[in-house]
Amino acid sequence: MAAPMLRWGCRGRRWALAWVDGGSCHRRGAPTGSTSNRIRGQSSLAQQPLRTAQKPRKGEHKWAAVVGLEIHAQISSNSKLFSGSQVRFSAPPNSLVSFFDASLPGTLPVLNRRCVEAAVMTGLALNCHINKKSLFDRKHYFYADLPAGYQITQQRLPIAVNGSLTYGISAGKERGQVIPKTVRVKQIQLEQDSGKSLHDDLRSQTLVDLNRAGVGLLEVVLEPDLSCGEEAATAVRELQLILQALGTSQANMADYEIQRQISELENGGEILNETRSFHEKLGCTVSMRDKEAKQDYRFMPEPNLPPLLLYDATSLPTDADPQQVINIDQIREMLPELPSVTRERLVQQYGMLPEHSFTLLNEVGLLEFFQNVIKETRAEPKKVTSWVLNIFLGYLKQENLAVSESPVTPSALAELLDLLDSRTISSSAAKQAGVQWCDLSSLQPLPPGFKRSASQVFEELWKREGKTPGQIVSEKQLELMQDRGALEQFCYSVMKDHPQVVMDVKKGNPRAINKLIGLVRKATLNRADPAMIKEILEKQLSL
Amino acid sequence: MLGQTLREVSAALKQGQITPTELCQKCLSLIKKTKFLNAYITVSEEVALKQAEESEKRYKNGQSLGDLDGIPIAVKDNFSTSGIETTCASNMLKGYVPPYNATVVQKLLDQGALLMGKTNLDEFAMGSGSTDGVFGPVKNPWSYSKQYREKRKQNPHSESGDSDWLITGGSSGGSAAAVSAFTCYAALGSDTGGSTRNPAAHCGLVGFKPSYGLVSRHGLIPLVNSMDVPGILTRCVDDAAMVLGVLAGHDPKDSTTVHDPINKPLVLSSLADVSKLCIGIPKEYLVPELSSEIQSLWSRAADLFESEGAKVIEVSLPHTSYSIVCYHVLCTSEVASNMARFDGLQYGHRCDIDVSTEAMYAATRREGFNDVVRGRILSGNFFLLKENYENYFVKAQKVRRLIANDFVNAFNSGVDVLLTPTTLSEAVPYLEFIKEDNRTRSAQDDIFTQAVNMAGLPAVSIPIALSNQGLPIGLQFIGRAFYDQQLLTVAKWFEKQVQFPVIQLQELMDDCSAILENEKLASVSLKQ
Repeated sequence: MAAPMLRWGCRGRRWALAWVDGGSCHRRGAPTGSTSNRIRGQSSLAQQPLRTAQKPRKGEHKWAAVVGLEIHAQISSNSKLFSGSQVRFSAPPNSLVSFFDASLPGTLPVLNRRCVEAAVMTGLALNCHINKKSLFDRKHYFYADLPAGYQITQQRLPIAVNGSLTYGISAGKERGQVIPKTVRVKQIQLEQDSGKSLHDDLRSQTLVDLNRAGVGLLEVVLEPDLSCGEEAATAVRELQLILQALGTSQANMADYEIQRQISELENGGEILNETRSFHEKLGCTVSMRDKEAKQDYRFMPEPNLPPLLLYDATSLPTDADPQQVINIDQIREMLPELPSVTRERLVQQYGMLPEHSFTLLNEVGLLEFFQNVIKETRAEPKKVTSWVLNIFLGYLKQENLAVSESPVTPSALAELLDLLDSRTISSSAAKQAGVQWCDLSSLQPLPPGFKRSASQVFEELWKREGKTPGQIVSEKQLELMQDRGALEQFCYSVMKDHPQVVMDVKKGNPRAINKLIGLVRKATLNRADPAMIKEILEKQLSL
Repeated sequence: MLGQTLREVSAALKQGQITPTELCQKCLSLIKKTKFLNAYITVSEEVALKQAEESEKRYKNGQSLGDLDGIPIAVKDNFSTSGIETTCASNMLKGYVPPYNATVVQKLLDQGALLMGKTNLDEFAMGSGSTDGVFGPVKNPWSYSKQYREKRKQNPHSESGDSDWLITGGSSGGSAAAVSAFTCYAALGSDTGGSTRNPAAHCGLVGFKPSYGLVSRHGLIPLVNSMDVPGILTRCVDDAAMVLGVLAGHDPKDSTTVHDPINKPLVLSSLADVSKLCIGIPKEYLVPELSSEIQSLWSRAADLFESEGAKVIEVSLPHTSYSIVCYHVLCTSEVASNMARFDGLQYGHRCDIDVSTEAMYAATRREGFNDVVRGRILSGNFFLLKENYENYFVKAQKVRRLIANDFVNAFNSGVDVLLTPTTLSEAVPYLEFIKEDNRTRSAQDDIFTQAVNMAGLPAVSIPIALSNQGLPIGLQFIGRAFYDQQLLTVAKWFEKQVQFPVIQLQELMDDCSAILENEKLASVSLKQ
């Protein structure tokens, strides 16, 4: 369906400003609106100079951000929040639209049980109080992709309130240290998504696709406890992991908005109460309204939905039809392991640093990859950790690949680690010179040229999908030299060619022997065990 | 045959005294004859004949679907009917053909009822006269009854001619006129503040408003979601009960319908005596505006109960006087919200302006809605503004609770059923009616009826007698929530006692061509 061109109009959601006082004492300005488009992580921040409400001049005051987030996460459900229409991404336009979704007169909302369960589950995972009675409200605004002229949401009495979200910030000073932080969760509410407007500037038309109209959203409102973009981004990331672990949402979000507001304020601009949407092509948010006038949503109770009543084990009516009631305690029992618990378990079980556990969870699929390698290899978990987090992840990052797109399978990496473990190949052969991989627990950013100095076998694995590490090792003759006589011959030649170094050793310079060892290793193309070289050299030099 | 009740004609169908097609054709021909009443917006002749044909087959095969099989019915034009235009008597929905049936319509069709057409109303059911729809006013069949005409001849002051025809009341006036003029045996109305009971009283019919939550609203184009109830208009209480039996019950598509099952089919017992009954007379309903005639009929009705052994007591509903104002705030607020979807984008009227979406919205809504609807949208949005919400909407909700509690208290004091007038007076001539604006009229005419909607109670208007002018007067019985059956049982007893006369329209049937001529003149003079 098409409508005349829309000017960017208000989407019925907006930014709220929270003023801070000199950067120390945060006044809690409750965010009251937000924006929903494909990307839903949103924030607000603003500030005020010390002692004055006047607009500050640039550079006069330090800005302190107060970030309050309202995150809209699409609920993973087969059908929409109030209708039986399917929820499916990239279906042909307007092919998933029921009479209710199109707001035909006389149609009524019928609440989707799955969405309620998802909200309760999310509420429990975020330590919320679950309201046994919650209400639905209408929020009014005119927009072409909002066919009813209002959105059904939970403004007055949402399904879950007063929770908390704990996330970890890397401290930076000490390696691997993660400081736990907590942001309060004000509420979680169920609400409908709107449709999608496509603006055709050329023909001055707006095309409306209602496939998304009525899809269930969880709006998670965080109190303005976050003080910077990094905190906000980390908190959102943690929430995303929780939602994904619960399976209540795919949780695709972005955190561009915070940066924009900070730089806007630093440039002396004013943050308007406005709605912004994430523009995927431009990679930034754009203003969505043409008027600065404050929108009045004329909230009203939704008269077609009775109060949503939830029960627990004690309040459950004995004669209740299980299809008609939701038991909070039952949902609590079904909660899966949450990311914080998973991380704790990783630290305990594999002795990794907390920071490593964060990294493992933050990359989609990395934890599973790690666990599959662990399952198949004899190698020490610590070794697996460093290989997965450093070499493997480094290669992925370098080529901007997801774990699922990796050419190296968990089995291949497991076999490679087994070869290392059985000393069939040397670490240096495995890494083909350079990086002291056994010291990788620091997990520092990879040095430039890492790829060149990284494991030859691994590199071969990466390049030549299908070959096993064993095949590569034998093809490339990367096995550790086991022939002592041959190695003695290499040592002899090196000493003969470097009499000055031999002199130094004999004079008692302790570092000189290392130089000889290095030269022998080079001569053997890194296939010799340094310990064995050292032993032979010492014997030959009669030390 | 046409003057019979639903129950009677149903028996005739079963006995083969008449076939569904014959019955359907008789009704269709009468619909054509009484076209000037303007009771129907759409006559679904083809659909009805097809349905009659199928019904006839079922009767022949001995597979009748029940009491409603082959019975002509009419449906107010604010119920969605699949494949049949549903206009709400508004420009906004002219040409809108819903793709689905309202649950109540579907239930009637599932029982084999014949849909004769969609009946006239005030635009979006906003009014109490059935005078404010885009298709023009509905005329009260009693204007042409022998009873009324004879009285008028006796009165030397009355003007001759037909220019002072009477309103039906509203907003379900088309449905009332359709049943009253014998064009069908039952009709669906909707009742938000009295829209079924008011025209029933003016047209000498039984007008029943079920308990909120007993009958599905799915497919009823809403006026006020929290008060709307599908209403039933019939010639007698038993017929209303029969239709209620079909309509009542939980609908998965309407979350506000209750799960508790009701007895089906709903058959009313005949009360042998009323000695165990307690009838409450709310003293606040005795208002100065009440016509003395209705007042005396009201007390005669109370006397009747008392003389037959019932306990009749005065009760107080102390918040009654605040009810109409409270109703106004809540009604307009929901109207403002419900009307937001009519933006011209997906269905219904759309203006030609395409400068911007906002300009299109504005022009579409200006062209699509009449002044009454626009006025209510405007007030409703005012009440819902953030700065006004607490002072108006929330307060009105609190008052609504007090009003509902008034009823609860009355019933808890031992009262079984309340007895009140339905309207302040009998039907008035159109020319008289339009001297006041819609808002004033609605506030006056809903005075005895809207509090019931705020409390969600069942109520029924029963015709009791003809006024001195020969026009019907109705009284209202109000019951406890979900005691619909008890309420109708009492109403049935009362109906039997009062023996309300049948409308005598024979003259009209014979003489309708002459009336048509006169009507044309009347409408011409009106436009001037």
